[in-house]
Amino acid sequence: MPFIPHTEEDIAEMLASIGADSIEALFDEIPANLKGGTLKEVPPGLSEMEITRLMMERASQDGFYQNYIGAGAYEHHIPAAVWQITTRGEFYSSYTPYQAEASQGTLQLLYEYQTMMASLTGMDVSNASMYDGATALAEAALMAVRSHKSSRRILIPETVHPVYRKVARAIVSNQKIEIVEVPFDKASGQVRLESLDAFAADDIAALVIPQPNFFGVLEQVDALTDWAHSKNAFAIGVVNPTALALLKPPGEWGETGADIAVGEGQPLGIPLSSGGPYFGFMACKNSLIRQIPGRIIGRTNDLDGKPGFVLTLQAREQHIRRSKATSNICTNQGLMVTAATIYMSLLGPDGLRRIAAHSHANTSSLIKKLTAIPGVEQVFGSPFFHEAVIRLPSSAASALEKLKQNGILGGFNLQTHYPELENTLLVCATETKTEADIDNYVGRLRQALS
Amino acid sequence: MSIPSDLKYTRSHEWVKIEADGTVTIGITDHAQELLGDMVFVELPKVGDSFSQKQECAVAESVKAAADVYSPISGEVIEVNSALADSPEKINQDAFGSWLFKLKPGNPAELDGLLNAAGYQEVLDSEDH
Repeated sequence: MPFIPHTEEDIAEMLASIGADSIEALFDEIPANLKGGTLKEVPPGLSEMEITRLMMERASQDGFYQNYIGAGAYEHHIPAAVWQITTRGEFYSSYTPYQAEASQGTLQLLYEYQTMMASLTGMDVSNASMYDGATALAEAALMAVRSHKSSRRILIPETVHPVYRKVARAIVSNQKIEIVEVPFDKASGQVRLESLDAFAADDIAALVIPQPNFFGVLEQVDALTDWAHSKNAFAIGVVNPTALALLKPPGEWGETGADIAVGEGQPLGIPLSSGGPYFGFMACKNSLIRQIPGRIIGRTNDLDGKPGFVLTLQAREQHIRRSKATSNICTNQGLMVTAATIYMSLLGPDGLRRIAAHSHANTSSLIKKLTAIPGVEQVFGSPFFHEAVIRLPSSAASALEKLKQNGILGGFNLQTHYPELENTLLVCATETKTEADIDNYVGRLRQALS
Repeated sequence: MSIPSDLKYTRSHEWVKIEADGTVTIGITDHAQELLGDMVFVELPKVGDSFSQKQECAVAESVKAAADVYSPISGEVIEVNSALADSPEKINQDAFGSWLFKLKPGNPAELDGLLNAAGYQEVLDSEDH
């Protein structure tokens, strides 16, 4: 269904038909002192030509760099077909439709998205998406506490993305939920099971398990999942969707699988766009289906017995359950999810696997060549996926500055979030880089350090 | 549907059966199931939970709403009807015959304050629909 604005004639006809003088007259009940006035700080509107020129000037300030930063948002090649199809009128709406009979196309696409994410994560059920990976983790924590019914403590390793931990804290703290951070082993870059045992006496609702973690390091997901279950706690996996094409999915972790799986969907066909919009995915076991927040699309039969798609399990949502709802979210990232579903459809499981493998091969090659530079060493000895940490012999900040002057964004300076990791960089090379690109980076860093 | 005369009632549409051993059995009335529509799920309390009178103790979820069930009296849950997990629709088919849970009353005097069938019928009559 296309979205076309009303003309002046349409508006006049509608007003005449209901007997109103103007649109403003429809808001008569609102006391005058509560109505908004004009926006004094906003300058007058510009023409399309003026705006286009302004935006082009602003965009050119971004510059053009070779990007080796991962740290939660990953630059992958997006096939041109993805956004061509996404921006078609039939799909191009950001919202979830309440009127099922007029929106079967959109609902079917969201149902297919849910099916793909459930399959990718190895879980039973997926919702129609959250705002981003960070809030999806916060919602998973809330979900675990609701379902656990006795404990309000969540264990989150320091190897989980620092911004995710901050967002989770901000969202859950007013609900009297305690977040306890678990330190990581400095040599391996992983959470150590032994350090978890220090929490053994405490009643916990859930353990968050990242895979890969913020350093790109692979955690011991089976042991961690089983540990959580042995303490009667839920296991919440925070996963990278590209990685899932190669790694064991959360649904298969440990003896009985993770209970909830969340993550950032941006790598699936969403451009970096200075940080957003992205989307969060969320999936869970069947037993938790009534506690999962967000929209869920279901398949059913209509009165004539024909198959169709609807929003389902809505009674738990905010607009019906109000303060006792599973969450205040009653929407999803419809547009981003549309693009991601088309991306996954075009690539298929084989395509996604190739991209994951190619990214990992490129990062491995980059790390191998960088650590051949005198004074540069790899920090953690564990297996990693498509991202790794190197330590420089001198200031990481100044190395990054010199690389930037040569058109390279060399990586993420970890000292900003981990003060003990001095002079370290988190570097990521996706399938977008060639061997020549990698050699260029290595050469420039060698120069910068000499 | 006629309102069984051997049960007691609340204004919030729960029915109460006082058993011979002094415990009470609780469900929701036919009027409640009619308003809610097709039942899809009932979230029951756990055995051992304690509630005060009028405290939310269960949730009856239908296709269009998730309604709180209020404890008619204070007491401790001694049994729950787990069969409802597989067939919540039984509440639509036979509301007065589908119990949710049983309580050991904390304060037997509260039972005197419950409505009888005639009193509940008055509540329904005054509800304009």
